[in-house]
Amino acid sequence: MTDLLSLDGVTAHYGLFQALHGITLSARAGETIALVGANGAGKTTLMRTICGDLPAGGRIFLHGKDITGIPAHRLNAMGIAMVPEGRKLFPSLTVDENTQIGGYTKRPGAWSREAVYDLFPELIKRRANKALDLSGGEQQMVAIGRALMSNPDLLLMDEISLGLAPIVVNQIYEAVDKIRAAGTTIVLVEQDIGRGLSVATHVYCLLEGRVSLEGKPADLSQKALTDAYFGV
Amino acid sequence: MDIFYASVNGVLLGGLYALYGLGLALTFGIMRTINLAHGDMIVFGSFMSLVVTRVLGLPALASLVVLIPAMFLLGRLFQERVMNRSLGEGIMPSIILTFGLSVVIQNALLLTFSADRQTLSAGQLQTMSLPLTEDFAIGVLPLMTLCVVIVLLIALNWFFRHTMLGRAFRATSDDPEVVALMGIDPRRTYGLAMGLAFAIIAITGVFMGLRTNFAPFDGPARLIFAFEVIIIGGMGSIQGVLIGGVILGVAQTMGNLVNPAFFQLSGHVATLLVLAIRPSGLFPETIERD
Amino acid sequence: MTALQTQHRIGAALALVTLAALISVPYWGSAYLQRSIVEFLYFLALAQIWNFMAGYAGMFSIGQQAWVGVGAYALIVLAQDLGLNPFWAVPLTGVIAAVFALPTSWLLFRLKGAYFAVASWVIAETIRLAVNADINWLGGGRGRSLTTMGQFERGFREDVTYLLVVGITILSLVLMVWMLRSRIGLGLMAMRDNAAGAGGVGVAVNRTRRIVYLAASGLAGVVGALIFMSALNVRPDAAFSINWVAYPIFIVIIGGIGTIEGPIIGAIVFYILREYLDDFEAWSLLAFGLIAIAMMLFAPKGIWGSIQSRWDIELFPIRRRLPARFSTPSTQET
Repeated sequence: MTDLLSLDGVTAHYGLFQALHGITLSARAGETIALVGANGAGKTTLMRTICGDLPAGGRIFLHGKDITGIPAHRLNAMGIAMVPEGRKLFPSLTVDENTQIGGYTKRPGAWSREAVYDLFPELIKRRANKALDLSGGEQQMVAIGRALMSNPDLLLMDEISLGLAPIVVNQIYEAVDKIRAAGTTIVLVEQDIGRGLSVATHVYCLLEGRVSLEGKPADLSQKALTDAYFGV
Repeated sequence: MDIFYASVNGVLLGGLYALYGLGLALTFGIMRTINLAHGDMIVFGSFMSLVVTRVLGLPALASLVVLIPAMFLLGRLFQERVMNRSLGEGIMPSIILTFGLSVVIQNALLLTFSADRQTLSAGQLQTMSLPLTEDFAIGVLPLMTLCVVIVLLIALNWFFRHTMLGRAFRATSDDPEVVALMGIDPRRTYGLAMGLAFAIIAITGVFMGLRTNFAPFDGPARLIFAFEVIIIGGMGSIQGVLIGGVILGVAQTMGNLVNPAFFQLSGHVATLLVLAIRPSGLFPETIERD
Repeated sequence: MTALQTQHRIGAALALVTLAALISVPYWGSAYLQRSIVEFLYFLALAQIWNFMAGYAGMFSIGQQAWVGVGAYALIVLAQDLGLNPFWAVPLTGVIAAVFALPTSWLLFRLKGAYFAVASWVIAETIRLAVNADINWLGGGRGRSLTTMGQFERGFREDVTYLLVVGITILSLVLMVWMLRSRIGLGLMAMRDNAAGAGGVGVAVNRTRRIVYLAASGLAGVVGALIFMSALNVRPDAAFSINWVAYPIFIVIIGGIGTIEGPIIGAIVFYILREYLDDFEAWSLLAFGLIAIAMMLFAPKGIWGSIQSRWDIELFPIRRRLPARFSTPSTQET
């Protein structure tokens, strides 16, 4: 069986600076991959290359099909959705409209606006509010709901707990569990390593643009992880 | 009583000005670029209507059947083939490109049609009027222009709120990079938005040509009025153009009442006052973006 | 000696030879040549001034004709009404233009990009219409004549005007190079990269921009005074014509925005095109428009900018260079 996502020697540059040095990674359908690493290790860059936002070297496959170089706006219809770092909602659009925009490509599947509001019931009373007026937690929920609306095979989530109160983070991760249970393959970047390990089926630790450690969370010792994280 | 008549005329004039501003508000609101050739495109629309009416023997208003789709295509081509090439490099490329286009249109019109002033004809429509009092009547055509603007604004409002494409336009205005993650190609959106703006410009051109005579170099003056409308109404605010147009129109007719030489001047002064007091206009719509 | 120093010496030598040639023209050149050079220099000076504002300070004005016109009318008032010697009045016209420009800067500096551009134009139109409406003093649409110039013999008049035009062109160039090398220039570079960031490190952004704006307006005023000193008659339509900003924009775009050398090349190209297409102004304008569009699409840095990025040449020393060990590549991850 082919992997849902596989990366083969992926590189990326910001001008002259090389941010990724040959990342090789794969995810089978239904898996949850956690990317961990220090600031500047290349986690967000890797996410941006996968969703087509940043040009990449090497090769990226989705369902065994080479998708390297396909622009972001076409990858959504092919099954990749992204929850970008910092939420990035459309501020002048309402909550309803933000989720509707997420379903622009009309990919068929189980997710609909109703399903999103079932997942995040607290958004119901905010439906008609502009995204600009939401709290950070609500914005994060809308951002996740917006990404789900395209019924993605692969959901990329970048720093979804950043800057949120612990109780809100718990709520969001309960939703992540439900999304996993529905069978969606997830790649997530998480600053909170404990949180990342708790949901992941597979962990990749990045260090200066390279994979410094990978494995199942249960197989990784605290020491090995710390060393890989800080590059000792 | 003079003040009342002048106000009514100002409001009616405001309808035409709102039309001038509408296409510009659309491009600024969605693409955050300014089209310095906007006024010249309006005049171009008037000339094209003239050609269509002469060649096909249609009345001026009927020429819109041909003009609207043709201008839509032209706008889309212009955005996709020319303007999209310099996206993301700040505001200067769009200013230079449309500035160049402005000069090209003016002189191409001059070389093709000569500097003579032209008029569009709609028969009786241009002379018909509704008497309000014994010595004051309002023209049917100005009233019609105002109604056309209002209908367009209602239609656009519905389009932006209740259709997927309309929402995509607004989302693209908020953040052209993130919309790509939703499967929306901002370049295509921009092309469609410019097409829509050009279609509205076609309507504007015909109504302007019916109201006043026109010549190849009239564009810049129309552009200034259009800008004043969107400065007063709020840059990028679609609904603001009506109030912007009316304020500009009334300011001009009031100035005219004092001294005919103050007609345009008082409009400029009103605009500068709004800029001094509320630089984002009376009804700002677009959200500041870095 | 480094390659850059060599280039700067070549630049200085070229400048000196050109200057000597220009100053000596009244002794050997024909009246026609002299008039042609004057016309060429007006546009070069205006282009250089506009380049200074837009290319270096990021202020994209389409209202510079306001100060050309104010300068022209200031000359009329000073020489005709107040009886000053018109030649001595010239520097004063610059001061007057700058004084008029000051309040407009309060309005304009609250605006960004497109707003700034359009508002500057509205201001110019407002001034034009106000002058147009003033029939008693400034002569309304018919304008006024500079009859006081009749006190000078024609040859003398043309020679002095010529030298003044040469002087103002050189002055605007020198002033610009000097400002760009000073603290102001450093602030401008920082602002061009990041206005908010420059504000954070203590560059008084608005003060710097205002100095540039007022200097540019004053210089445009002096150019305006000189243009109409040769024309001998000032009308609002001519004095506040959009061409005083349109042609300079073309020149700068063709030559290369944000460089000192670019507008010089642009002005030469502009002048040659205009000479050849002069019989039909419409054709020449059509050509300029198309060239501007083509330049923007295919060579946005202009002729000189393209040469510069290919061969790394710089004739005028305006850049401050860091020793190599200080330069680091940007290593920013987003």
